Amino acid sequence: MILKGVRHVVNLLATSPANGLLPTSRSGVSLNELALGQLTSVAPFEGQIVAVEALLGMVLPKAGRTVGKLGAELVWFSQGQYLAIGFDVDDAVKGKAAITDQSDAWCALEIKGDKSEAVLARLVPVDLRAATFKRGHALRSQLGHMPLHITRTGKDVFRLLSFRSMTGTMVYEISRAMDLLDARG
Amino acid sequence: MRLKCPVCGERDRREFYYVGDAVALARPDPDAGEAAWDDYVHNRDNPAGVTRDLWQHEAGCAAWIVVTRNTVSHEILETALAADVKRAMS
Ligand SMILES: [Zn+2]
Repeated sequence: MILKGVRHVVNLLATSPANGLLPTSRSGVSLNELALGQLTSVAPFEGQIVAVEALLGMVLPKAGRTVGKLGAELVWFSQGQYLAIGFDVDDAVKGKAAITDQSDAWCALEIKGDKSEAVLARLVPVDLRAATFKRGHALRSQLGHMPLHITRTGKDVFRLLSFRSMTGTMVYEISRAMDLLDARG
Repeated sequence: MRLKCPVCGERDRREFYYVGDAVALARPDPDAGEAAWDDYVHNRDNPAGVTRDLWQHEAGCAAWIVVTRNTVSHEILETALAADVKRAMS
């Protein structure tokens, strides 16, 4: 028999993926971790997009876009798949879409500052400059050899998502690019 | 080399996984006979010129894509979602 309660089981503390690794900064660029809260992937079944939108009370974003605001955001995540960020997806959506709790699956980082584009240019094989990749745009690509989902959340601000298990490598790769850019002055 | 994903737009080759001849979209019926199955499983052309391959946008949207390209000039002639190509075949 397992005895439960604080007298018998220690209180477990949740640690974030990049716990102890961040924040870090160099001239003109900083990297910190984001706490996004509830993450749920939503993949509407064939012909159910309108029904899913009605249940969510939001229109699903087009490919490469995001909709909503902080705490109630839907981002394009993959072909036919969306990520709900910061809110609970109603159970009623289950019959209309494949939904999966992703809250502990991703590491979310934020890179900020006027040199953030230059840092990312060393790691991501897509043009992320503001002329083509504007605020609210999102895409999937790679960060070095790792899978990456990236959103431009502000003028010089990007949100980066990669697999939680790769957090250490992710932080190392970005920090190293920051170092190398910094060394050039 | 850059490939235009019908979902994501033009991307670097490194984001894609190469599968092989797009013949995989034309799987024979189970009872099509040995000759048809032998051809489907084993026989491929190796053209110096236009070829049709299946690629997957592995590091992007995960879509399967039929890429028509020229193996001599390296020109990408056409890209289409494999799902659309398959639907048009049936
Ligand atoms: Zn794609």
